Amino acid sequence: MDRMDRRGFLQCAAWTGAAVMWTAAGGVLSSRVVTPASAMEAPAGAFSFVQISDTHIGFKGQANADAAATLQQVIDRVNALPTRPAFVLHTGDQTHGQKAGAFDTVAELLKGVKTERTFYVPGEHDVFLDGGKEYLERYGQGTVGGRGWQSFDYRGTHFIGLVNVLKYKGEGMGSLGDEQLEWLAKDVAALGSSTPIVVFSHVPLWAVYPAWGWTTEDAERALGGLRRFGSVTVLNGHIHQVLQKVEGTVTFHTAMSTAFPQPAPGSAPAPGPMKIPEAEARRMIGVTEVAYVPGRQPLAIVDSTLG
Amino acid sequence: MLKRTSLAAVAVAGLLVTASGVPAAGPASVEIKDFTYGPSVLTVPAGAQVTWTNHDEESHTITSATGAFGSAGLSHDETFTQTFARPGTYAYFCALHPQMRATIVVR
Repeated sequence: MDRMDRRGFLQCAAWTGAAVMWTAAGGVLSSRVVTPASAMEAPAGAFSFVQISDTHIGFKGQANADAAATLQQVIDRVNALPTRPAFVLHTGDQTHGQKAGAFDTVAELLKGVKTERTFYVPGEHDVFLDGGKEYLERYGQGTVGGRGWQSFDYRGTHFIGLVNVLKYKGEGMGSLGDEQLEWLAKDVAALGSSTPIVVFSHVPLWAVYPAWGWTTEDAERALGGLRRFGSVTVLNGHIHQVLQKVEGTVTFHTAMSTAFPQPAPGSAPAPGPMKIPEAEARRMIGVTEVAYVPGRQPLAIVDSTLG
Repeated sequence: MLKRTSLAAVAVAGLLVTASGVPAAGPASVEIKDFTYGPSVLTVPAGAQVTWTNHDEESHTITSATGAFGSAGLSHDETFTQTFARPGTYAYFCALHPQMRATIVVR
């Protein structure tokens, strides 16, 4: 990858968004937006993974003329990291309304990420047209009953991918449903409370802004069963901006889109794609670090912008 | 006999529609802008064609609440047309943004 200068980076990062890199070391999770400026050496014994979200391949508009090109830029940045991510989590809306060929384009581009594998959860744009048929044909394998949700362990951390967009219709918000919630309760039943937990899903599992559907109606039932754990990190997409919240031992974090930003909750008449004037670009990007400490100690969250 | 009764009912409804100034025939349209269907209630005569145009950059759908009709995701400036042959009240929403809701009333 050609080294991008600061001005060039700011210009394109203003609206391309970015991937989020997570590093886990000794029970401490930290995150930062993947940029040349964020390049750092991981502590010994740590592993890192990357969250990519809302690639919206197939979107065309003033907010982004070529969503595939901006995804490629993000992939290039991930590949330039000094520490290779163990895996990638794609937190949904791979496609923009299941445009023809969009899933293929995403798969082809993500083959270029230097990582072991990629885990997926669907966004509503990936499933609304056919109730998830195409998505599950591609990504259902290895998930619970082929339904799209799953869990796996990596170096002592338990990862849980949840689907909260398949009962989206008419509800105005995400929903997990009884079957998935029952599975989740069983999935974590045997785990010790000191096991770090990472939950990822598309629509936020907290009430970011219900008026725009930015919440999951039965998320509390899922989180209730996770409160005994000393460290729970919840990673979501959907809202195309970084927001964080801490609730006891649970840290919530939403990721940027690689395609286009969306307005802050309630700051616009509607949550449509934002076209960013260049002068405002520096306020729109930044580095976010979450220091996550299991146990009874408080969590430390640090946000810093580049501008 | 039953048939005659229902025909008469339709005829009465037709008169009311004319009296209230609803276009008797021809195309009708709904504009989608800022995550809103406009108008939120559109009244048309039976047999009318309704065309939706999406003016937002974000995609939207026209999805019947009962499954009676539905569009794919409409990109910016794309349209969807549906003919409403029978009188009734047809609620619809956007499958991507279910808080967007509106109704077609066919008289």
